Amino acid sequence: MSLLKPTVKVCSWTQELTDPASLATYVANGGYQALRRIVTEQMPGDDIIAELKTSALRGRGGAGFPTGLKWIFMPRAFPGDKYIVCNSDEGEPGTFKDRDILRYNPHQLIEGMAIAGYVLGAKVGYNYIHGEIFEIYDIFERALKEAREAGYLGDKLFGTDFSFQLHAHHGYGAYICGEETALLESIEGKKGQPRFKPPFPASFGLYGKPTTINNTETLASVPWIMQHGGQAFLELGKPNNGGSKLFSVSGHVNNPGNFEVPLGTPFAELLEMAGGVRKGHKLKAVIPGGSSAPVLPGDVMMDCTLDFDSIAKAGSMLGSGAVIVMDETVCMVRALERLSYFYFEESCGQCTPCREGTGWMYRVIHRIEHGQGRPDDLDLLNSVASRIGGHTICALGDAAAMPVQSFLKHFGDEFAYHVEHKRCMV
Amino acid sequence: MAHPDSNSLLLSAESLALIDAEVAKYPADQKQSAVMGALRIAQNERGWLKPELIEFVADYLDMPAIAAYEVATFYNMYDTQPVGRHKITLCTNLPCMLMGAGELGEHLKEKLGIGFGQTTEDGRYTLKEGECMGACGDAPMCLHNNHVMHTHLTPEKVDELLDKLK
Repeated sequence: MSLLKPTVKVCSWTQELTDPASLATYVANGGYQALRRIVTEQMPGDDIIAELKTSALRGRGGAGFPTGLKWIFMPRAFPGDKYIVCNSDEGEPGTFKDRDILRYNPHQLIEGMAIAGYVLGAKVGYNYIHGEIFEIYDIFERALKEAREAGYLGDKLFGTDFSFQLHAHHGYGAYICGEETALLESIEGKKGQPRFKPPFPASFGLYGKPTTINNTETLASVPWIMQHGGQAFLELGKPNNGGSKLFSVSGHVNNPGNFEVPLGTPFAELLEMAGGVRKGHKLKAVIPGGSSAPVLPGDVMMDCTLDFDSIAKAGSMLGSGAVIVMDETVCMVRALERLSYFYFEESCGQCTPCREGTGWMYRVIHRIEHGQGRPDDLDLLNSVASRIGGHTICALGDAAAMPVQSFLKHFGDEFAYHVEHKRCMV
Repeated sequence: MAHPDSNSLLLSAESLALIDAEVAKYPADQKQSAVMGALRIAQNERGWLKPELIEFVADYLDMPAIAAYEVATFYNMYDTQPVGRHKITLCTNLPCMLMGAGELGEHLKEKLGIGFGQTTEDGRYTLKEGECMGACGDAPMCLHNNHVMHTHLTPEKVDELLDKLK
């Protein structure tokens, strides 16, 4: 595997090599060639953005926003400080792909961020890393040191006028900091409470300066695209869903882990790669895009392909590509109780509907799970959920509401059984 | 009440050098950005963040003490109450729960004779319930003193880990 060949392993090609995270491995296999060429040939930023648009690269952090379009929002000609920020605050339950990019292929992210800095006119970048993976934060710090010493980061790169500094910043236990404006607040040394938008980060971001924030996998895909062209990336996937994507498969499978496959791959194939459902059990339900994405019944999921459009059509979201697999032994009330506790625990408390509503939903689900449910509790849950979603500054409110609404929609009979019989039907 | 001069002794020269390296990452007029790293470094040295330590960090970074206190209380890996020598944070979120984290939690509670959020009487262990640590493919898992992750846990592996932590 190498970056010199346009394989489907866009971000995970180093994993089978010895010493995958090292600069030597990366450079020996074509790493930093794209950056060197872009900087020394002074490629126009517009040309790079055009490649990104052709590639149909969409944000890998969950929202799936077209990256080329996001980069256009940045006032590149603004003369003052500008920033590029990478969101490696991977805390969406089920998601663990960026951790593998950071520990096995950190230099591809560094190169991607340097290219972003070149295009967007940012001389400084920050990578915000989830605090719970501190050993990986240390790996990334070592990679930064290697890149600085080798002249891939720093002043006047490759003897040109382009300078780019990159630093690591860690979280320390707050899911909300995965929200981009909360993340900016956190880099500024504050509580991670999301900002009201507009203004958007592209005009008022880190320290009030124009800032572009992209996910780890998104930025790490950029060197591949600049090496092989946007068209090659697009052709890996399908129209409007360019490239490959890392899917994190967790839960009731025989072989959990990350699998990088072209967008548009049938879910059934991914499930097979992950060893199938454990113990020969029946597939009951799948959360296809991290805990915030609506749950889908197993049979619906088996008919889906893994791309933004197919999963959206089935009523859920591709999200971060975090596939949580649940077999027939799972009590859906218990599963939702735990997810609801998570959003209650992680609500930053800024907006009343989320602060109060997440606790309310958790308490109602908790009592249903513990045999004290009331006949009108299911209506109550739907009512509370619908009054949180869309009524908060950030998407955590929606993220808390969607699991509740989708679990009730697809598995309402289990909840009703719990209420009526004071016990589980599983 | 601490002696007015005692603040200068709150952190070692090594820790202060680490904090200086954090400060250097940010623009000169944005020292507050280093507070996340500085509080982590302070906690690593002193075990937990007592109010005087938070104030010391805030002074060091030229920021109001209350702003540093807000950070210390907002992010849940900072400990603003004393903890045992070994803090075990067990993830119980859905992917870990599916892989048996609930049973592991019960096992830990029974073995240590404490609940989540409590410390053993001998001050050796603190047990905490954690949220997603971003490594769900290796579930179930726990963190030891915030920075070392132990994955693919079983009751036997948990027992081995506890025995090793003196």
